[in-house]
Amino acid sequence: MNPITVIRSKTVVMPSSNIDTDQIIPARFLTTTVRDGLGKSLFADWRYDQDGRPRPDFVLNEPAAQGCQVLVAGRNIGCGSSREHAPWALLDYGFRAVISTEIADIFRSNSLKNGLLPVVVDEATHGWLLAHPGAEVEIDLAATALRLPDGRAVQFPIEAFSRYCLMNGIDELGYLLGQVAAIERYETARGAR
Amino acid sequence: MTAKSLFEKVWDRHVVVPETPDTPAILYIDLHLVHEVTSPQAFDVLRARGLPVRRLDRTLATMDHSTPTDRAQIFGGAPIKLESAAKQVRQLEVNCAEFGVNLLGLRDERRGIVHIIGPEQGATQPGKTIVCGDSHTSTHGAFGALAFGIGTTEVGYVLATQCLLQRKPRTFAVDVRGRLPAGVTAKDLVLAIIGQTGVNGGTGHVIEYRGPAIEALSMDERMTVCNMSIEGGARAGMVAPDATTYAYLKGRPCAPAGADWDAAVVDWDTLRSDPGAVFDKQVHIDAATIEPMITFGTNPGMVTTIGGAVPERPGDAVFAKALAYMGLQPGERMAEKPVQVVFIGSCTNARLSDLEAAAKVLRGRKVASGVRALVVPGSQQIKREAEQLGLAQVFIDAGAEWRESGCSMCLGMNGDLVDAGQYCISTSNRNFEGRQGIGARTLLASPASAAAAAVRGRVTDPREFLG
Repeated sequence: MNPITVIRSKTVVMPSSNIDTDQIIPARFLTTTVRDGLGKSLFADWRYDQDGRPRPDFVLNEPAAQGCQVLVAGRNIGCGSSREHAPWALLDYGFRAVISTEIADIFRSNSLKNGLLPVVVDEATHGWLLAHPGAEVEIDLAATALRLPDGRAVQFPIEAFSRYCLMNGIDELGYLLGQVAAIERYETARGAR
Repeated sequence: MTAKSLFEKVWDRHVVVPETPDTPAILYIDLHLVHEVTSPQAFDVLRARGLPVRRLDRTLATMDHSTPTDRAQIFGGAPIKLESAAKQVRQLEVNCAEFGVNLLGLRDERRGIVHIIGPEQGATQPGKTIVCGDSHTSTHGAFGALAFGIGTTEVGYVLATQCLLQRKPRTFAVDVRGRLPAGVTAKDLVLAIIGQTGVNGGTGHVIEYRGPAIEALSMDERMTVCNMSIEGGARAGMVAPDATTYAYLKGRPCAPAGADWDAAVVDWDTLRSDPGAVFDKQVHIDAATIEPMITFGTNPGMVTTIGGAVPERPGDAVFAKALAYMGLQPGERMAEKPVQVVFIGSCTNARLSDLEAAAKVLRGRKVASGVRALVVPGSQQIKREAEQLGLAQVFIDAGAEWRESGCSMCLGMNGDLVDAGQYCISTSNRNFEGRQGIGARTLLASPASAAAAAVRGRVTDPREFLG
């Protein structure tokens, strides 16, 4: 995983609330046994028609959306299924951060473990972002701040250990493996049933 | 000592290393359930790092999601039709053989939907921490376990270390007073709860369902309620263990026996929330006011009574988009809406009592012409029991398809699909756009309501078939 320090990008806006992980990546693409290659199927049923042609009215198919790394979504994005294929698909497509007022628990956890930054902001900031698609924003992980084009900086919460891992490009498994002595003590104390 | 909730007691027992401002808690996992869709990449991580599975005795695998429900493809020697699904099934077999994981495989008589076989085998027990790469792991909370869905990366963590890094969630008491009226089921109850608390009401929380109406539920019914906790945004939902729980578990293959059983019950009895336990959030529901429910929209919070109508929300673009997808109008009545497909199955409602409820309506009746009805038992054991009890014959005589167990049409990964534009009344848990097939329109309801709609070919109050 590459370390994340600062993400600078224009935004893509999908204002719908409750965008579930079945929309992000429909179940029929889950029969894969690898992590790669899901970007082309991201939002497949909104993005393509029944013959597989891009729907021109879908935001990701608009020329302005090309190359954007920050997705601004309506409240409660990522609800539903625990499929990690959702952040895998977003990352494979090219997104590096998702901004909303609320991000569903499992999706947020999965995103953090893959270097997709979940950014939760207040209603007012969210409202501004929804109203200004294509705004150039800067997400500074060291400062836990989202900077808007007018220079305003909005703080966002992020779990301290996840932030440390993201900034240093390390995964949590190494840390857990380093705790084996504590795990063994726990197992022994409980009788290791 | 401060009063503790059920959740806090189970949490505290499993803390290997407490959380600090800089690091989450290390939480020990007692039971890890594994299935074919969310595990292959996790096994790859173990392979790449040269790691074994830390506790094979705490790991149990089965196949359900992309697995066929067609008898010929499981037992008849016919190839699994979907090539990618066949590959995934084979990959789980290879991974389990290589790492030594106990697999209830394709032809195993104990196979079934992962959240149905855990309880069925008695592996799901009060006070345990249980995880699986599937959001409906919340089902196991019905036993007073702390059970929640995880992603594939975390599947790898648990395989390698039997632990997860977790911040302690907040607590949410859903207090259900009174008794459910006759003909109103646990599915109606949980849909009504989500209708009230919203699809994000439980985010960041673990729910404890409590109160007289919950205590009166059977284990099957408690599982239905806890199963849909995630549809209300909560990763986990729990019910305090009691005599009902113990009666269900006693004698099951993985349950403690003899003196161990007696000791376990004494311990489990200490798990219930102390009087005065404080919850971060609380709602009260009156069970007596609940009626048979049905969803009209594209998330489980978009729900009304079967006798009710689609609400009107002028100016709400997201709501309008959902109704457009569903082909419904604001103010339109749900009853009498024609359906083309009926799905009775899933980890929400494919246990024996669910099949009994559906068979009660379908006995001596026919599935309406032009309606396709699919009945998919939750496990091979439930399938055998339903066949022995004559329930399967009721479904077959009615003209329904009787399948092998699996997730099937709940998410359509295995080729069991609803066509675009069709209405499917479904006993599953999600009515998301495209969930049951591209353009499919899902109406979530109870097994009795689904069976009633199968007979009439239209959305029908199942109480018409009572008595």
